[in-house]
Amino acid sequence: MSVLNVQNLCVHFDTSDGVIESVKDISFKIEKGQCLGIVGESGSGKSQSFLAAMGLLAKNGSASGAVQLDGQEILNSPISSLNKLRGKDVGMIFQDPLTALTPHLKIGQQMTEVLHVHTSHSRSDARRHCLDWLQRVRIPDAEKRLNQYPHELSGGMRQRVMIAMAMLCSPKLLIADEPTTALDVTVQAEVLDLISELQEEQGTAVALITHDMGVVARMCDYVQVMRLGKFVEEGPVDSVFENPSHEYTQQLLQAMPRIDATHPIKVQSTPNLLLDAKDIKVHFPFKVGGHLFSRSVPLRAVDGVSFTLNEGETLGIVGESGCGKSTLARALIRLIEPTSGDVSWLGKNLTQLDKNAMTQARRDLQIVFQDPFASLDPRMTISDSIAEPLRTFRPELTSRERRELVQDMMNRVGLDASMTNRYPHELSGGQNQRVGIARAMINKPKLIICDEAVSALDVSIQAQILELLKKLQAEFGMSLLFISHDLSVVKEISDRVMVLYLGRIVELGSSTDVCTNPAHPYTQALISAVPIPDPKLERSRERIRLTDELSSPLDPKAFLRFLPSKIDSNEIDYVPKLSEVAPGHFVAEHDNVV
Amino acid sequence: MGPLLVLAMLSYTIRRLLVAIPTILLLIVACFFLMHVAPGGPFTSERPLPEAVLANIEARYGLDQPLWKQLWDYLTNIVVHFDFGPSFKFKDRDVNDIIAHGFPISLTYGFLAFLAASIVGIALGVAAAIRHNTWIDYFAVCLGVAAQALPNFIMGPILILTFTLWLGLLPGGGWNGGQWQYLVMPVIALSTSYMGSIARITRSSMLEILHSNFIRTARAKGLPEYLIIWRHALKPTLLPVISYLGPVFVYVLTGSVFVDIYFSTGGLGQSYVSSALSRDYAVLLGVTILYGALTVIVNLLTDLAYAWFDPKIRY
Repeated sequence: MSVLNVQNLCVHFDTSDGVIESVKDISFKIEKGQCLGIVGESGSGKSQSFLAAMGLLAKNGSASGAVQLDGQEILNSPISSLNKLRGKDVGMIFQDPLTALTPHLKIGQQMTEVLHVHTSHSRSDARRHCLDWLQRVRIPDAEKRLNQYPHELSGGMRQRVMIAMAMLCSPKLLIADEPTTALDVTVQAEVLDLISELQEEQGTAVALITHDMGVVARMCDYVQVMRLGKFVEEGPVDSVFENPSHEYTQQLLQAMPRIDATHPIKVQSTPNLLLDAKDIKVHFPFKVGGHLFSRSVPLRAVDGVSFTLNEGETLGIVGESGCGKSTLARALIRLIEPTSGDVSWLGKNLTQLDKNAMTQARRDLQIVFQDPFASLDPRMTISDSIAEPLRTFRPELTSRERRELVQDMMNRVGLDASMTNRYPHELSGGQNQRVGIARAMINKPKLIICDEAVSALDVSIQAQILELLKKLQAEFGMSLLFISHDLSVVKEISDRVMVLYLGRIVELGSSTDVCTNPAHPYTQALISAVPIPDPKLERSRERIRLTDELSSPLDPKAFLRFLPSKIDSNEIDYVPKLSEVAPGHFVAEHDNVV
Repeated sequence: MGPLLVLAMLSYTIRRLLVAIPTILLLIVACFFLMHVAPGGPFTSERPLPEAVLANIEARYGLDQPLWKQLWDYLTNIVVHFDFGPSFKFKDRDVNDIIAHGFPISLTYGFLAFLAASIVGIALGVAAAIRHNTWIDYFAVCLGVAAQALPNFIMGPILILTFTLWLGLLPGGGWNGGQWQYLVMPVIALSTSYMGSIARITRSSMLEILHSNFIRTARAKGLPEYLIIWRHALKPTLLPVISYLGPVFVYVLTGSVFVDIYFSTGGLGQSYVSSALSRDYAVLLGVTILYGALTVIVNLLTDLAYAWFDPKIRY
């Protein structure tokens, strides 16, 4: 008997715009110990089908069809009978571990209440059982965590707590809804390993909902590709990846940038130095201590980064959350004042410019941000947003000339002329990001910084935006600083790649060198953690694991994580030096750890 | 709470109270000069007093001294003797007397009104949010809006008309040592409009919380609905309510002039307003300082309550 058997499931939502069918007649089964992948882009209905099965739809939603858990019909059962299954026979983990735990309750309270409603454990038994599970998901200092609040734990740690909580009653089915999407790659790798271990040890069936073909390749036995509420393709993972029969599956696979792909290298005729950053530091004061006397220590967000950027070149900056990549980008163009260091831009020192001169210089220094919707003024039409830099830097233009320039730019970035008078909320994320790019491009700047510009977008949209950036670069010859946490995306677009760890460069070189021949253990770990959308390759790859999670930049020892010999010899303030291992390939000093 | 946290809270409280001292001093100085800038004085009237008499009276109350000297005497009297001076209007009563008589009355019905407004308001708001878009919700929203639309100077006469004149159930005014019959109408009149606002804030806050991810997690754990509301949703729901409750607590004590007039309760609100109109400098300043100190303390309590409701807030 299948653990979960879904037949002809449909989900409708009653909205003010009429009835929306978000899931249209889908059927699938999950067997004991199996991992089923449901893959699709946002809005495809993959999450809604599982929420419907568990009776967790929003109030305006309704579901029809049949859902059997272990042979027992559960769809549209009364809440009281569903409550006996939720948390006991079915565990669920969700995408965003930062908001998925109740902020004012201690971890221990949140975990023990599950046992309280489903089992007859005594108080101390329940606590012991929770502690046991926290240790099984490899949370360091598990005992201490029981008495901590969620905000005291990192994102990866919170997701482990979620997994431990979902597994407390040894459920038959674990529903994991984008469990690693909000996490860094190295943390993602560990969380995924953990889930597959549990699946093997406990024989738990796993439903893995994801948009990431790489994650599917690593984890799943069977895969369902979902689009617009329907399954378009299904089958064992190997055959779907080898022989995708549906056009949409092929598209998804093609759109995924791959870390193991090779790209033709752009040939640069005469490298023309554009930007030269020297020893950039950004320190934020951070309050510690706290009773009557608190003192502030510098939090070293960016700590001595130097690099150059040539005309027409793309430099990728990668690193995990908190490594200072966005802070560095903002400090370069003085959206945040750097604490020290010089930025030489076309021979001028940007950090010395006064306010007016800096405003003038900004014409050539543009930036595109991560959240395409939030970074546009909601009260301005998109053409007004695109035209704004023209009003600032070319006030002599007549409104007609301005309109023509805006039209032309919209055309180039692939926005239809009919959209001129639309507002950001009327456009999709991908379209809004095109507006952001058009706004940045309108004055034909010499440098565009893309700060996680494609991270919030679906894979296929992401591929289109990357294509667009490459096309515009070929046309206008601007340089790009491309910041992302996603190494495969950075590799796809960059000529050179810089890897940051806690505000310092650990490796810098051509993208092929860094990605195929990583010399620093941190880069090696990052690369080996990126899932490759090819099940055979992905499962045979050896993974390089780092022992602990990204440590706090307030801990001076964290900076020497890859050079423990200096900690042993008590040189806490030692700054690892960069050395050139091959022409143009720089690596920070490190011991042979890992 | 661990002992470390209690220590942190204690030291925070001490720091805040230390800051309160210059704040209240500044308040006194500002009020003192503002009062004297206003035209007229406590002894000006339509029928002017003979000049010699006026000079005599002013000398008796020290009003002939330069302003800075008056301020200095006033301050030293407070600090050394805790004496806020004599009333200029009511002979044989000093400010300490007036406050000691009026404040307990204001405090009693004000505090009861505060309790009624918060308990009923929060309960109404929570009920409306849980039963969103049902008749309970509509009823609570209507009640909330109606309560908010009726200011206490309208509620007062309506209540007297209904309960005293038509039904004859309750006495129309007076205090009588604070017997419950005398408390009912002042408390209702004072609390309703705040009750309406509290219900509205609670409702929208609870609706937002019920849609958040951690409530979905709680549902996915199979917790019964009452536990989800009580243990997971209530505390975060009340955060915005608390920031509203702090000022309300001070308002219900200061805003009671209408209650004092309609129900002849004899609270401090009436003395406050009449002292301002008649330039009774000492009473006005005394009551202002009292309310200033109260505001400082309530703000501190609000901030401490935040820390209890949200573990992310630490001082």
